[in-house]
Amino acid sequence: MLAHAFVRSAYLAGTFLALACGLAGWFVVLRGQVFATDALTHVAFVGAIAAATVGLDERVGLFALTLALAAGMAGLGRAGQPDDVTIGIVFSWILGLGALFIALLATSAAGGSGITTANTLFGSIFGLATGQAALAAALALAVAVAILVARRPLLLATLDPEIATARGIPVRPLGIGFLLVLAIITAQGTQAVGALLLLGLIAAPAGAAHQLTARPAVGLALSAALAVGATWGGLALSYTIPSLPPSSAIIGLATTAYLLATLTRRIREGVRLSV
Amino acid sequence: MNANPSLSWDLARDVRELLAFPFMVNALEAGTIVAVLAASVGWYVVQRRQSFAAHTLSLMAFPGAAGAALAGLPAALGYYLACGTAALVMGAGRRQEIRGEAGESAATGTVQAAGLAAGFVFLALDHGVLGGLESLLFGTFLGVSRAQVLTLLIVAAAVLATLALVARPLLFSTLDPHSAQAHGVPVRALDVGFLLALGLAVAATTQITGVLLVFALLVAPAASAQTLTARPALGLALSIAIALLVVWLGLGLAYFSIYPVGFFTTSLAFGIYLLARLTRAGARRRSARTAVA
Repeated sequence: MLAHAFVRSAYLAGTFLALACGLAGWFVVLRGQVFATDALTHVAFVGAIAAATVGLDERVGLFALTLALAAGMAGLGRAGQPDDVTIGIVFSWILGLGALFIALLATSAAGGSGITTANTLFGSIFGLATGQAALAAALALAVAVAILVARRPLLLATLDPEIATARGIPVRPLGIGFLLVLAIITAQGTQAVGALLLLGLIAAPAGAAHQLTARPAVGLALSAALAVGATWGGLALSYTIPSLPPSSAIIGLATTAYLLATLTRRIREGVRLSV
Repeated sequence: MNANPSLSWDLARDVRELLAFPFMVNALEAGTIVAVLAASVGWYVVQRRQSFAAHTLSLMAFPGAAGAALAGLPAALGYYLACGTAALVMGAGRRQEIRGEAGESAATGTVQAAGLAAGFVFLALDHGVLGGLESLLFGTFLGVSRAQVLTLLIVAAAVLATLALVARPLLFSTLDPHSAQAHGVPVRALDVGFLLALGLAVAATTQITGVLLVFALLVAPAASAQTLTARPALGLALSIAIALLVVWLGLGLAYFSIYPVGFFTTSLAFGIYLLARLTRAGARRRSARTAVA
């Protein structure tokens, strides 16, 4: 299996993206920002299409719009925490603009708009070139390191903003910085592996970890381990069963982990109640 | 009848031209039904802070459409089935205690990812490309049939009637779940029931606005209305009025231009929301000034 270059690329990019998603996801769930992350993954393609319409490189538009939305959401909300109605309305408007850009692209350039939509919305992890995979892995590693370095102040700023402020932690810049880091990983991840895979790897392993343990260090490690494990298993599964898309296999495993975690927690709680 | 539609200054003539096409009549009827339904359900969505759940349910149109294509069923049926199932799964996944914020958003995100992943499996099994990806994502008003309008009417009537029956307990449990529970209101049953109603409403709305743009009708009108008034009945009426305005203007503008309807509906909805926010900010400043004087 690893003799194929495309499988090696998928494992290289997948491992580091999963690591970054698992770590970032643990904080995303703790801060209740799954919806914000989701919005970031959906607007990425609008940036790509907008850039294509005016003749720029797609990646420029993709990064620019995702980062702009992250900064905007953080700026609008209190303490760098956007509220769900604002997220919903702003991002649906950006998607409406996306519909306009697709129409513009279809009428100006020679067709191909449908293909652009499909690629940017649903990038495929098995379609990565070696160079792309290395770039994705390097960026993801940088994000993972950044989160690990900032984990203590970020944790305090999330759990108790007032005490954090009293201790001189810059709560608001930290919140904005966290969303910007998320934007980097979503912009890189959506074009490499697709929006679906990204959201699944951020929400499911972290959700499972939060149900199993309340201890931050253990939870972070568990979340990252589950994300990486689901990616490895899913890639192997999809390689063996060709009709199973890789992102579906990875999400399938991550969702199973989440369900098992829910079950475990309920059994534990049930035991505690009956005792 | 003009082959190349263009807007003139004679508004009555423009409207007549618009209504000369059966597809436009269907679209306007469907749009009207959906606007009333989405704005009413949306009022509760905004109050209950369930925008993310609504967005997740709207995405279930993708596995719904792909699954229906695989099984040889009509796409609309797939929408209703997928949205209804996802709503029940999300309802079952709720914690016993009332609305745990962080855990809930992770659960919703997982349901979304799992649903989309299932959609990709259906698509791969079907060996096909899903026809009309763009209209699935961004909505269309060209393809609404009589049968679809009728189905929309039935679904909307059922959901609205149910909502009207439980309006008061639902409002109580939305605003203050703890005292509602203490007063014997079945908070959890209402919670699951509302998700199911939301699922059906979203499945209906998706057929007009597309998967990605439901918020133009579901959240933006209700959020604008609640920015302007805190009174439930007035807010609900205002929300419906704004949604109707968005749908009618959006469809009309899209007919007379080459650009997609989704762009117009979302931009109108966003514009109205901004106006509402500005109006409230202006009113606050004025009352502050009067207080000082």
